[in-house]
Amino acid sequence: MKEHIVTSYENELRDLTRKVAEMGGRAERLVADSVAALLKRDTELAERVIVQDKMVDVLQREIEEGSIAMIARRQPLATDLREIVSALRVAGDLERVGHLAKNTAKRALALDGEYHAKKQLRGVEHMSEIAIEQLKAVLDAYSNHDDARAIEVWKRDGEIDAIYTSLFRELLTYMMEDPRHITLCTHLLFAAKNIERIGDHATNIAETVHYLVVGEPLSDERPKSDTSSLTKMSASR
Amino acid sequence: MNSIAVRAAADSIPDTREKLSIHGLSFFYGESKALHNIDLKLRERQVSALIGPSGCGKSTLLRILNRIYALYPNQRAEGEVWLDGENILRPEQDPNFLRAKVGMVFQKPTPFPMSIYENIAFGVRLYEKLSRAEMDDRVERALTKAALWEEAKDRLDASALGLSGGQQQRLCIARTIAVKPEVILLDEPTSALDPIATAKVEDLIDELKRDFTIVIVTHNMQQAARVADRTAFLYLGHLIDEGPTSMMFNNPKDRRTLDYITGRFG
Repeated sequence: MKEHIVTSYENELRDLTRKVAEMGGRAERLVADSVAALLKRDTELAERVIVQDKMVDVLQREIEEGSIAMIARRQPLATDLREIVSALRVAGDLERVGHLAKNTAKRALALDGEYHAKKQLRGVEHMSEIAIEQLKAVLDAYSNHDDARAIEVWKRDGEIDAIYTSLFRELLTYMMEDPRHITLCTHLLFAAKNIERIGDHATNIAETVHYLVVGEPLSDERPKSDTSSLTKMSASR
Repeated sequence: MNSIAVRAAADSIPDTREKLSIHGLSFFYGESKALHNIDLKLRERQVSALIGPSGCGKSTLLRILNRIYALYPNQRAEGEVWLDGENILRPEQDPNFLRAKVGMVFQKPTPFPMSIYENIAFGVRLYEKLSRAEMDDRVERALTKAALWEEAKDRLDASALGLSGGQQQRLCIARTIAVKPEVILLDEPTSALDPIATAKVEDLIDELKRDFTIVIVTHNMQQAARVADRTAFLYLGHLIDEGPTSMMFNNPKDRRTLDYITGRFG
């Protein structure tokens, strides 16, 4: 695309998208680190995640302030307006992603010293791998204005939801088997929920990318496979 | 995700009938061709904005719609412009009759050097014979419609030149609507006005489109986005793009339109 006649406008827009990219990179790392902290029992890493989440918040505030100032001063239209609105939205989603990673890190700290078997972690590990892939893919799609890639992410979220639902059942089973697992499994459940939510934010960002590129909202109903809220499991069964 | 109201807004424009229908219109200043084969429909009781960089032909197009170009030698139009089933470009068409149907307001306020009252009555007398009472009534109605009555009612006999720029422009609009036209052409009506006067004129345009078909030429993108139902983009004498304003400013289909409205031209 051609550059704006007003150079400072061009620079402001570039600065805005650069900040979103930076925020995306940081959020991505927080998610990976928080899950690693949980799986490897690394309290030091968990504490680092908690501290570094603040930087994501700072970036969100800067993006918000920058966007509002540009809307007020430049009266952006069409692609420019969409670029700014998208930056605002993506920053909002990434702030939540950072927050969810922080929550997972806190749970890693809470579980310090608690007994756990490898097999109970496998589901969370698998789920987080997909969520991180999704987040990476959607941030690439955002940076490259790649609608096709964004739609792939959007369609794939069902996979995370399905794993979450089966993990939910699995962890319930562990808890029923042995009440000593309850503390661990409850924290793992919440961590899994965090990761599932991160997947949802990735699909939100995918919708934003579609709007950014095409100029229209994604209208189809997204495939949903999280049925954990309907899960029943009685001890007698 | 919140859906952006692009399509909803586009759908909300009432589908009124065509008031002006332009077919294969070209225009010449002597040898040089200023407009190339324009096809455009302007709908009744809607505001249509013409946008484009300087020299793209938007004012030329506006001047064809009331044949004001015919006052100048060596200027000629080819093609057809239909107004209510009549081709207004036919040579035998009476230009005075046309100008009573199609009013125009210019960039700079152009009040006559006479009283506020006479500024309005002068044009009306050209077309109609009214009693004093009827004329008083017509003047009041025109000034009320142009949102100037409250400010002007106690000084109707004072010179129009004593009004502020914004008031003068609204007087010109009052003068235009007093002869009961059907179409109003506005050629950058607020480019010489301050933001408050501009807001008043824009408010007036919203009001006037209930009764009139309005065509506005503007360099102010935000103004077109605010007041127009439909927007047409002209470039180098060609009509590049035309559509509902929300579509033109949110998601234009033509790259040149996008470059122009986002300030990437040149």
